[in-house]
Amino acid sequence: MGKTILTVDDSRTMRDMLRLALSGAGHTVIQAVDGIDGTEVLDNAGVVDVIITDINMPRMDGYGFIEQVRRGSANRATPILVLTTESEPAKKMRARDAGATGWIVKPFDPDKLLAAIRRVSP
Amino acid sequence: MDPMEAIKQTYFQECDELLLAMEEGLIAMESGEADSEMINAVFRAVHSIKGGGGAFGFEILVGFAHVFETAMDQVRSGKLSPSADVVKVLLRAGDKLSDHVSAARAGGGSEVEDSDVKEELRRLTGEEGEDDGPPAADFEGLAFSPIQIDIGDDPVPAPVSVALPSWNIRFAPHAGLYAKANEPFLLLRELATLGSLEVQADLSRLPELAALEPDQAYFAWNIVLHDCQDRAKIEEAFEFVLGDCDLDISELKAEEPAAEPAPEMPVAEVAAPVVHEAASPEKKPAVAAAAEPIKQTIRVDLDKVDRLVNLVGELVITQAMLSQRLMECSAKNSTAGGGLGELEHLLRELQEAVMAIRTQPVKSVFQRMPRLVRETAAQTGKEVRLVIEGEATEVDKTVIERLGEPLTHMIRNAVDHGLESPQDRVAAGKPAEGTVTLSAEHRGGRIVIEVSDDGRGIDRARVRQKAIERGLISPSANLADEEIDNLIFLPGFTTANQVSNISGRGVGLDVVRRNILDLGGRIGIGSVQGKGSRFSLTLPLTLAVLDGMIVAVGDQTFVLPLTHIIESLLPKASDVRRFGSNGTLLNVRGVYVPLVGVGRLLGVPNSKKDLASSVAILVESEGTGRMALAVDAIVGQRQVVIKSFESNFGHIEGIAAATILGDGRVALILDIDSLVAGCRESVAKPSELQLAAGAKQ
Repeated sequence: MGKTILTVDDSRTMRDMLRLALSGAGHTVIQAVDGIDGTEVLDNAGVVDVIITDINMPRMDGYGFIEQVRRGSANRATPILVLTTESEPAKKMRARDAGATGWIVKPFDPDKLLAAIRRVSP
Repeated sequence: MDPMEAIKQTYFQECDELLLAMEEGLIAMESGEADSEMINAVFRAVHSIKGGGGAFGFEILVGFAHVFETAMDQVRSGKLSPSADVVKVLLRAGDKLSDHVSAARAGGGSEVEDSDVKEELRRLTGEEGEDDGPPAADFEGLAFSPIQIDIGDDPVPAPVSVALPSWNIRFAPHAGLYAKANEPFLLLRELATLGSLEVQADLSRLPELAALEPDQAYFAWNIVLHDCQDRAKIEEAFEFVLGDCDLDISELKAEEPAAEPAPEMPVAEVAAPVVHEAASPEKKPAVAAAAEPIKQTIRVDLDKVDRLVNLVGELVITQAMLSQRLMECSAKNSTAGGGLGELEHLLRELQEAVMAIRTQPVKSVFQRMPRLVRETAAQTGKEVRLVIEGEATEVDKTVIERLGEPLTHMIRNAVDHGLESPQDRVAAGKPAEGTVTLSAEHRGGRIVIEVSDDGRGIDRARVRQKAIERGLISPSANLADEEIDNLIFLPGFTTANQVSNISGRGVGLDVVRRNILDLGGRIGIGSVQGKGSRFSLTLPLTLAVLDGMIVAVGDQTFVLPLTHIIESLLPKASDVRRFGSNGTLLNVRGVYVPLVGVGRLLGVPNSKKDLASSVAILVESEGTGRMALAVDAIVGQRQVVIKSFESNFGHIEGIAAATILGDGRVALILDIDSLVAGCRESVAKPSELQLAAGAKQ
């Protein structure tokens, strides 16, 4: 039942909250601080069940990270959820064009987060 | 601790860091040095503060951050050019945001008045004031309901009424849907939570096996959903895949036959054909190449570091003891001595490395100063430019933590008292804008921090006048310029005729001096009237070890901090002069300094009574001048680990701390500054000293 989930966010607060919500639901959480870190963590972790990533990050943002994953990593078929405070359709569309599976609007409560994960991962 | 509470703490910590990064970026923008990455960093900082704030329900903070973020977003996308006026508003917004964070940290109740800044931001962005509306709109939640997920379950109660509509849904995914890792099965499962479901797979487009492209989409589904109230809920279930599928939802009229039977094919176990070609490897993303390497850091509990520091300290002591034992058993010629020397060398390196863990750039303190200068300048009506140098200079964390208050005071002082009003400056032929410089550098194993201004300098006549009025010096005292300058460090001294709101809150430079002395540092002052003044703080890099001279007095051993020692000498009997009732002076190449026996001063039994036959150590303390301490003998010079005993014994005048020597004995580390200050008061006044010196020559 428990999934392995990678979260990518440059905010420590957000990382802690994601970890709390996800590990509380029995998932295994691995974390990265930006797109480049995320790519490296994935290289080591192999295939994960779900990836959750922020958009605004230093070094490599969420769009770049998603494109990188979709462009032929072992995780190219892994569902990717985008964390966004922006509800503007443009941001979501851009994330989707990059290959995002879905999105979670911040701030999220744990139920919302887990529901979104259920929607993209068996 | 409640995990959410812990995360909240993390959030505030992170806010501090983000606010600093923001401030840094804004200041770079102010000076026109900001590149796009710095502007982006400011945006991200505001964005992250808003994001976390939303999670904890700090709505007022979020409301303000939202407006700020909008403005920053326009700046980074080039819609809004960061002109001087714009940056000014942004800087004020940054200060406001920091107030908001403080208010949120302090807990409910306190409100920050932000409407004017908000209004200005809105004017910049052209966004109409919608009365704090945006955040609510911004956080539309995803309203899908997390209920049972097993398709087998019947999540809806048996339909009691027939009023709920049914829906006919045709769902045909495109290849893109699979490429984004969406999964029709999960969508169907989601739909099943909305009502009871009839699903029929349409496999009519499925080609012959030979013609099958693995990454194409061939399946479609005809779905009938019964008993679902809301069309919006259905659309929401497909939210992630809109645009990547053909979707047709229509309400099923009563009596209408269910979905027209698709070609009679078995409802296949659906496995989405998601097989991708490996992407061409040469297409590496450009972002990765451009990314600069950042320093990897980990966060470590300070207690752990301190334990490490302590252990290394113990190790150094043990090594010293071992080396002493070895000397005692006269094995000097054995190779063990060489090995021990090596060990000592390594230990010293180890110690430095461990100490370096505790060091941080002074940047964290320096970065708070620009805001302080802006605020003080605004309150005093002065125009001030702050120049910061050497902010990467590293120093022990404890030093940094305790540096904030004295620096704040000195900077305020520089702006309020140091700089003249713009009119006066112009009249004096200076630019209207005054400059305050804050700099840090390593100098001889210590860190020197200077605060200088190009203001009016110290008005010595006025200082002297004031000191006489307050009875701090006698009207006849003949003081050198330096001595007059140092008067401003005396308790209760202020030259401001009217205590201003900025600098004169009863905390004087004497407190600054006290703070610095407590840190084992010294404070100095230089001033040229009409040109400006310069305060320099000299601080130890670490508070855990110090280089000391070990001296013997009677049966006791003491440590004198090397930083205070100028020289040691064996006085000739003719150079030692009795003065007054029980004072003694030492002639050091024509200059007389008070000579005090450490044994007598501290009441050590069996110490040499005859000062002329003891060793004199010339020490200097900031502010109070030189004097000579008489000790019985010099034992050696070494690095000692400072063991504070303030927590056990309280503060003892004249004693800074203790250490453990190589032979296992405890030695007290003398606090030269307080010793000298104490002695000079009791032995002689400076003016009397000069008289004495005059008499001799």
